[in-house]
Amino acid sequence: MSIDTSRVATSNKTAANAAKPSKAGAAAQWADERLGLAAMGKKNLRKVFPDHWSFMLGEIALWSFVVLLLSGVFLTLWFRPSMAEVTYQGSYNPMRGLQMSEAFSSALNISFDVRGGLLMRQMHHWAAMLFIAAMMIHLLRVFFTGAHRKPRELNWVIGSLLLLLGTLEGFTGYSLPDDLLSGTGIRAADGFIKSIPIVGSYISFFLFGGEFPGESIIPRLYTIHVLLIPGLLLALIAAHMLLLVYHKHTQWAGPGRTEDNVVGYPMLPVYAAKAGGFFFIVFGVTALMGGLLSINPVWKFGPYDPTKVTAGSQPDWYMGWPDGALRIMPGWESHFWGSTWSWNIFLPIIVLPGLLFTVVLLLPFIEGWITGDKREHHLLQRPRNAPTRTATMVALMTLYGLFWTAGGNDIIAIRLHASINQITYFLRAAVFIGPVIAFLVTRRICISLQRHDNDLLLHGYETGVIMRTPEGSYYEKHLPISDVEAYTLTVRDRSAEQLTPAAGPDTNGVPAPQSKLGGLREKIRTLYYADDIDKPTHAELEEARHHAAHEAHELAALDGHSAEGHHFDGRHPVAEEPIRPEHHH
Amino acid sequence: MSADTSHDTGHDTGHLPINAATDALLPDPGLAEHQWRPTDVDARAEKRAERQVATLFGLSAVATVLFVVFYITLKTGTDGHTFIGLGASNVALGTTLGLALLLIGLGVIQWARKLMGDHEISEQRHPAASSEEDRTATLAALNAGLEESGIGRRPLVRNSLLGSVALLAAPAVVMLRDLGPLPNQVVGEYPGAGLHHTIWAKGTRVVRDVVGTPIKASDIEIGDLFNAEPDGLFDLEGAELQIAKSKAAIVMLRMDPDDIISDVTRNWSVQGIVAYSKICTHVGCPISLNERTTHHLLCPCHQSTFDLADSGRVVFGPAGRHLPQLPLGVDDEGYLIALSDFLEPVGPSFWERNTKSPSEVAKELKS
Repeated sequence: MSIDTSRVATSNKTAANAAKPSKAGAAAQWADERLGLAAMGKKNLRKVFPDHWSFMLGEIALWSFVVLLLSGVFLTLWFRPSMAEVTYQGSYNPMRGLQMSEAFSSALNISFDVRGGLLMRQMHHWAAMLFIAAMMIHLLRVFFTGAHRKPRELNWVIGSLLLLLGTLEGFTGYSLPDDLLSGTGIRAADGFIKSIPIVGSYISFFLFGGEFPGESIIPRLYTIHVLLIPGLLLALIAAHMLLLVYHKHTQWAGPGRTEDNVVGYPMLPVYAAKAGGFFFIVFGVTALMGGLLSINPVWKFGPYDPTKVTAGSQPDWYMGWPDGALRIMPGWESHFWGSTWSWNIFLPIIVLPGLLFTVVLLLPFIEGWITGDKREHHLLQRPRNAPTRTATMVALMTLYGLFWTAGGNDIIAIRLHASINQITYFLRAAVFIGPVIAFLVTRRICISLQRHDNDLLLHGYETGVIMRTPEGSYYEKHLPISDVEAYTLTVRDRSAEQLTPAAGPDTNGVPAPQSKLGGLREKIRTLYYADDIDKPTHAELEEARHHAAHEAHELAALDGHSAEGHHFDGRHPVAEEPIRPEHHH
Repeated sequence: MSADTSHDTGHDTGHLPINAATDALLPDPGLAEHQWRPTDVDARAEKRAERQVATLFGLSAVATVLFVVFYITLKTGTDGHTFIGLGASNVALGTTLGLALLLIGLGVIQWARKLMGDHEISEQRHPAASSEEDRTATLAALNAGLEESGIGRRPLVRNSLLGSVALLAAPAVVMLRDLGPLPNQVVGEYPGAGLHHTIWAKGTRVVRDVVGTPIKASDIEIGDLFNAEPDGLFDLEGAELQIAKSKAAIVMLRMDPDDIISDVTRNWSVQGIVAYSKICTHVGCPISLNERTTHHLLCPCHQSTFDLADSGRVVFGPAGRHLPQLPLGVDDEGYLIALSDFLEPVGPSFWERNTKSPSEVAKELKS
């Protein structure tokens, strides 16, 4: 697509008008004769990416992963993943002469004797936090806007796997320095593994190379942390990006933006510059955090000792929610025929995260099954326009938040001078009741926002101008919203259309057999769309417009007389408008 | 369903149309007209933007040079330079590197926003699915390939191949076997080996944590919580030391003998001194928080609370089992000793663990 560059900044034009073949041109030809890049470049160099702040969240995750790779490689140059005992001789005085593992000693070495080592350690840790947090928020954005719908379900699955692997990568990395906190984390992990029925103690012995703690776990976690999981992450990120390019990015509804097109800036130059610049910004912010904000000061915790622990032991924040589930679980343990079933550990820390992860993984398929929607979707939905979906995610977030709160029950008890017992009992009930309340409230909020949108369409926006009728009664003047706003609001499905059974009569007119599951599905679908407020019908819109025209006629007499404030509502040009008309004086 | 027919025409012959369409209530006003920016129409504004971008890049270069200067001049470590109480090297390197990167990022984005063409352009989408032709052709190719291989006609070849490849999972699993010994294979390999044992034995002296000196009953005052270890622990080294420590650590508490509730606890105490495993029966954290007036011991990891006056009973929290008690006695020289190893496994639960109540354990001890 050619664009009008007649007035674009002159500095841009010289490059576009390059006359004779340059050295770069020769290099490109050399490469194309061997790689055939032109065919790919033709399609992709000007590929269009739509613009919206929320599309940046996934980018934060991507760039923080790059920062993780760079800082991680630096750390491997000095870190020694060994549990062999050494006597610390480095420059950190309080620990000189102490026995510790080589892993911890080299972590101290990186922190105190390698210049820039502490910076890289802290940047690595901060980037890990950023990576996981950005993935989570990106996941929420995708779900709340319906970007997980066909044809993007598989990219949702890949994204969920990235979040799971990122979390595991974080846990293995956290465990490597072999400081007191990380050792306590591994100790607890050993307890989790041992709670698995039948094979638990075997897995524990295989993982630790014998009894806890042994001397194998750190080198093994190291291989998992620097080779296995990063390899998988890289492959999945590549697949995630390729699918993104293939599907093209989703976009918000608006004038000229349809299901069939994608509107935005071309990859070269604007999007590449913005994304590339954003990489430097993420990298730079991480460096500032690494320089100014202390994180995981392992020298304060000391080397791991299985007999020591500090109060307020906390895992990294993203492991907080299963830890919270573990804390509020009643101490149930059963014994049958000489075997032990540790429900109190197995259910909250092994079964629950696995279950919740599976639910998240399957969300697009569950939704697709309920709605029976087989169409492709490239326009995003506003959260309010899918009340049940939005409410479902808010319920899941509430559950997550409550478990996460439970993970800090001791800290809350200390800070609020509350009884830890009562906080625990409260949370035991809250994790069941809270999500239900959150679901119902969110759904109603969405529905009332839908109603508000219809009000805007039919009756216009509130001007803030109070009118007095000749009879002396007062009302607020409404004015129609702009065509652009009105159009944008109306690009959405009607729920009634969605309720038509997906399995209608086939081409021969034979009705589809109604299975039991199908009947259940119809019921769930009815509930899914229940109480949704549809956009107005043609007739309603026509009537409203007629009414508005009538009203405008009535008010025409007032034209030319400033109704105070009316013109300053942000929807009218006010450049030459006096705030107070002169004739008031 | 009333669909906007404009979507049904398709744009690419052979492709299924993207059929996510809604009824068009209002006509699409079309893309907004492009607005020229000040930098597009005003040469002065354009020059100004150019200078801004170049300045950001220049400042980044300054920050990079400063980074190198600070790298060479600032000392790290405990006796290194400090800056308002922080390690000066880390603060200086982080700030300069951060600014060097950030300023490049800001410069590039400023360049994109002010000077690069800002026309929004539109691109057609294509359905994710291939065209019918492509599908047919691919299916035909696939069928031809399968047909030529004869995989459908030769079930013997197919099934024996599938079987032999599936069996290759066995070496992959079997080869992991030497990751570690089985729980019962380590028994007897080193002192206190296995999930059911610790290095405590009949007559082992209780010694102070860290220093390793023996303890007399008179050394402990009422209300004192003591971390202790078995004598001989500090003769071990490396992994054996860590394994022994992770199971044998105990806490001792002296209380008024009248406060002791359970008979077992009383029988295994010396002058009100009781000894329990320090390793939590929940997931294995070392327990350390003593509630002095109630004789309750709280685990800092998940807040399981145990009553030391009553056989280590769980009074609160997620732990499923009581804390194992170590039977205490006194030797000829008056030092505290163990009467035996723990009579049940310490630490977190595991499948093979055969749980007994404290009184069952006590009965066994007598017999």
